[in-house]
Amino acid sequence: MNPLRQFNWLGWLWFAALLLLWEMASHVLPGLRLYVPPISQIFASLGQLLVSGAIANHFFVSLGRFFAGYLIAAAIAVSLGVVLGYFRYLHSLMEMLIELLRPMPSVAIIPVAILMLGVGDWMIVAVTVYACIWPILINTIDGVKNIDRTLVDTGRTFGLSGSRILRRIILPGASPYIVTGLRIALSIALILVTTAEMIAGSKGLGFFILDEERSMNSGNMYAGIILVAAAGYVLNRVFLILEYRAMKWRHGMTARGSG
Amino acid sequence: MPILEVQNLSKSYQQTGGETTAAIGNISCQVEAGEFVSFVGPSGCGKTTLLMSIAGLLAPTSGRVIVKGRDVIGPPANLVLLFQEYNRSLFAWRTVLGNVNFGLEARGDHSANAAIKAHNLIELVGLKGFENHYPWELSGGMQQRVAIARALAYEPEVLLMDEPFGSLDALTRLDLEDTLLRIWAELKTTILFITHDIEEAIYLSDRIWVLSRRPSQIVQELEIDFPRPRHQVTTRTEPRFMEIRNDIYRRIGGLEAS
Repeated sequence: MNPLRQFNWLGWLWFAALLLLWEMASHVLPGLRLYVPPISQIFASLGQLLVSGAIANHFFVSLGRFFAGYLIAAAIAVSLGVVLGYFRYLHSLMEMLIELLRPMPSVAIIPVAILMLGVGDWMIVAVTVYACIWPILINTIDGVKNIDRTLVDTGRTFGLSGSRILRRIILPGASPYIVTGLRIALSIALILVTTAEMIAGSKGLGFFILDEERSMNSGNMYAGIILVAAAGYVLNRVFLILEYRAMKWRHGMTARGSG
Repeated sequence: MPILEVQNLSKSYQQTGGETTAAIGNISCQVEAGEFVSFVGPSGCGKTTLLMSIAGLLAPTSGRVIVKGRDVIGPPANLVLLFQEYNRSLFAWRTVLGNVNFGLEARGDHSANAAIKAHNLIELVGLKGFENHYPWELSGGMQQRVAIARALAYEPEVLLMDEPFGSLDALTRLDLEDTLLRIWAELKTTILFITHDIEEAIYLSDRIWVLSRRPSQIVQELEIDFPRPRHQVTTRTEPRFMEIRNDIYRRIGGLEAS
């Protein structure tokens, strides 16, 4: 039933085997060590960084930027998406703007953001917000547009006010779409935070990774990369668990087809 | 004073070409409190438009709808419309109990009694044991039962029903007709029912208005005085039942042939 409960032993075993292969390769080919240190050495670096607390500050700075950007984007995009999904003429007005801005790689606005906001926290949060808005916005608009007119009329015949129809019918009705947008935005947020930190700033995991690379400290560099990857993995897992709980009503529905 | 009154109601639509089509010609009628009345008419005669206008979901082109002495300008508080498309009208994200609770929440009933009411209604429509099922897990007939329980939870004085059993198989349909009559006898809600099934209308109603094709007009009004409780076999096989059926059929059939 719950796909999250199944532990993929085979997958993890294969992953462990690949790490072992990495370890062996760097012992067989010592010339590679400068670029690809043995995985045991990388984990040792990671352990040291975690114990000494040298990476903790960078990690929490990145996490803070991630959550700020992601949550602000979610709030803006869901609200705007509901409005644009509901009022067709507003959507027609905004459609071209959205369609022209959306395909542009969001990292391209980092220089603009630096120009306008400097190299501080807010610049990084701003570009993250910008990048995360699109998938959530597009999906929310689609979700609201796809709500059956009969559902809204049901709310009306039961005497619901506009704001209650919004909360009780439109938001839950559009929630499968909104959740899809939020899931896509999750990985985008992590990409943007890391990239922006590499380009500007003196804190955060992105900065740390690039800084260690410049110091020819590849063990620490890989340790930083592993930490970013682990953060992405955990955040995604947590999201899936929350999604599973919130969307319980949908489980099995799609399998049945028409419903 | 009638609980519901329709005065010279008409509704026209502006088509994309700029032409106007009249869906409802000129309809006037009165429903007394506690009555079970039906509109019966051929497909596409504007029955749904009529019911949507009475429910305050569509603004009529002209005429008035009066519920308990007040003009309908938006959905009236003491009236609820049950849609034909139960599968589109139920909330997929709520369980059976959750959907029924919606009716209670909508009328602001958060009392300790509300939970008991919800369970009683679920039992009344014959869905005991299915409280925690989601709509997609139920058959069409059961889904419409949920929709009926949800509507009743709102405790409307007038219940409008738009071909509620139109897309159900014949046996389920007979079963639901009897469920509805049982509920109506118990709760004394005024019911305004729409159907294209002549026999269904006769079987259920105290009174029937026969509608013409577009633009729809009332062409005949009939009092149906079979004793209640009615019975699917004995009532439907009475000679008088057949006479009424044939009489209405000739009118509608004649209209459709023209």
